[in-house]
Amino acid sequence: MDDTTFLLALSGMLFALGLVGVIVRRNLLVMLMFLELMLNGVILSLVVFTQMLGAEAGAVLVFLVFVVAAAEIAIAVPILLLLVRTGRTLDPGAYAGLKG
Amino acid sequence: MNGLLTLLVLLPLAGFLVNGLLGRRLGPVFVNVVGVGLPLAAFGVAVWAWRILEAGGGEPLIETVFTWALVGEHVFEVSFYLDRLSAVMALIVTGVGALIHIYSIGYMKGDESYARYFAYLNLFLFFMLLLVLGRSLLVLFVGWEGVGLASYLLIGFWFQDVDKARAGRKAFITNRVGDAGFLLGMFLIFTAVGTLEMDQINEAFAGGLIPVGIATAAGILLFIGATGKSAQIPLHVWLPDAMAGPTPVSALIHAATMVTAGVYLVARMSGVYLEAPAASTLIAVIGLLTAFLAATIALVQTDIKKVLAYSTISQLGFMFLALGVGAYAVAVFHLFTHAFFKAALFLGAGSVIHALNGEQDIRRMGGLSRRIPWTSGTFLVATAAIAGLPPLAGFFSKDEILWFALASGQGGAFWLWLLGSVTAFLTALYMFRLYWLVFLGRSRMAPEVAEHVHESPWPMTSVLVVLAVFSVIAGWFALPQYLAPLLPAPDLRFDWPILHWALIVFAVLVAVAGLVAAGVLYGNGGRRAEAIERRFARLYRVLAGKYYVDEIYERLLQRPWLWISDRVFLRLGDRILLDGSLHGLAALARRGAEVLARVQTGSLHWYAWMTLLGLVAVLIWMWRYV
Repeated sequence: MDDTTFLLALSGMLFALGLVGVIVRRNLLVMLMFLELMLNGVILSLVVFTQMLGAEAGAVLVFLVFVVAAAEIAIAVPILLLLVRTGRTLDPGAYAGLKG
Repeated sequence: MNGLLTLLVLLPLAGFLVNGLLGRRLGPVFVNVVGVGLPLAAFGVAVWAWRILEAGGGEPLIETVFTWALVGEHVFEVSFYLDRLSAVMALIVTGVGALIHIYSIGYMKGDESYARYFAYLNLFLFFMLLLVLGRSLLVLFVGWEGVGLASYLLIGFWFQDVDKARAGRKAFITNRVGDAGFLLGMFLIFTAVGTLEMDQINEAFAGGLIPVGIATAAGILLFIGATGKSAQIPLHVWLPDAMAGPTPVSALIHAATMVTAGVYLVARMSGVYLEAPAASTLIAVIGLLTAFLAATIALVQTDIKKVLAYSTISQLGFMFLALGVGAYAVAVFHLFTHAFFKAALFLGAGSVIHALNGEQDIRRMGGLSRRIPWTSGTFLVATAAIAGLPPLAGFFSKDEILWFALASGQGGAFWLWLLGSVTAFLTALYMFRLYWLVFLGRSRMAPEVAEHVHESPWPMTSVLVVLAVFSVIAGWFALPQYLAPLLPAPDLRFDWPILHWALIVFAVLVAVAGLVAAGVLYGNGGRRAEAIERRFARLYRVLAGKYYVDEIYERLLQRPWLWISDRVFLRLGDRILLDGSLHGLAALARRGAEVLARVQTGSLHWYAWMTLLGLVAVLIWMWRYV
């Protein structure tokens, strides 16, 4: 089993782990963290493929994704804070009424 | 001169536009100047055009205004055509039209829609001139529909009254039936000849290259159009109801000009009818039946305008009888004389109604001759003229019609003459009955009405006098001879002058008999007439019920159509099929959305599960197929 296969398997496992975490946990903050885990899994696969193909654009894309992920979490956490201030709980089920 | 005919046609249109747009704001004096001045100017132009025509020896004037459409190699032009026939018609239309406009100043005075009235009347003149002067059947048809529109607008002029509005609608719809025939006839002629210019159509048919079957079919179809416009059986029902309009309108549109459009059409297309003896016979029979039946109905009507309306139908029947036996010029002659005396009669009736403050029932009139002498005198002249007393106008034209009904080589027959003579007798009878009941005998008016009886103002009486004079002299113009180069008289079956003279004497006797009969029946306070009425009560009811044609139409046509419209078109077609399918689609979308909306629960975990499910599905699909 060479490095590439190993790294791709790792990335898949990270993604799956994140997905399972999002599904099973009932805490919004933890779910956000698992979400990040999924994203990191995807980014890892991106890095591996970039290395494999020797495409520099991929490396740039990785940084772009990092920035986007940071921005996303920077918005998600304040939204969560506001939610918790009104709802006083981190259980996402309590906010099902937001479906619109 | 170039552009003369165009000017003639456009003058009344200008009157319509100016009065229609500005008349209300600028007051009645302005409306009078425009609404009456322009028709008078049009009459002047018509006379001028006629003199140019005569200076050219009767050679038709053709004036192309513009090309309407180019379809393949066919050219459709709007062009005007003035020969002796259309010149006579244009002179009648503008001359009688202008007189009636003058009369209307007095009659419509103080009406709140004064400007609208004159605008409509001018619009009518415009379309009528288009009809008369159009060279192509297409232009004629535009005018034909236009006068129908003007007629509809004027019948329902006082549209606040539901009955009057309904009468206008009835006229319009009944005419549509005839127009369908007209259109089909036009299409047929176009496929057969390849042009719609009427002079060329006549030439083509005269050339004998068109099969008789097509000529017959086209002739009958065009005649169906004529029965609608000219109120012949079976489409005559609209004309009596059309009396709901103002009386000058009845005089102009429903007596003197528009209803004669059918006569003009058949005379204009005489080339077709000369090739179609069967169609001509049909015209003669329908015309004569209409003349006879309408005369019998007129005998018992009690509304002064209704009597005149049935009289008009009857006289139009006479004209169609003449057309049917090939005496086209004679039909136009009767049209010409009829225009004057019937306009005089209607306007006289209008003057009576005006004097009695709106009363139209002749049972509540009587003894008016001394109170309104001008109206009475002119009415008497016109009555004598329509009854056929010599030497007044109606005598000459009606006598010619009866002579050709007997002697024409194109379908003249003894029974046509006989029934025609009976109708002539009835004409004299019902007209003098009317005169007697309205103007002679003792007054049967309500006292408060009798107090206010007054002679009409001069714009009305002067017009009555002019028309009465023409009712006397119109028969002295030898119109059939004048039109002979265009519409030659038919060959005679026998040319015995003695017989002709005998018929003339007989016709006079018939008219006098009608006069005497009316005197005997209605002279003595109408007691003898009442006795006859009681004796033949059943016949009287049938006549007073106008042969129940309206009722029959309602049973046979109106109700089944209403039923079909309601059940088939409205309930099945509209509500079930159309609405049903559209509402069904909408309901389907809504139900589907309801089901799908359940997926959106608001639970993040549920969404994550769905994502997982989707991912797995995609992966499986990729593993299987990519």
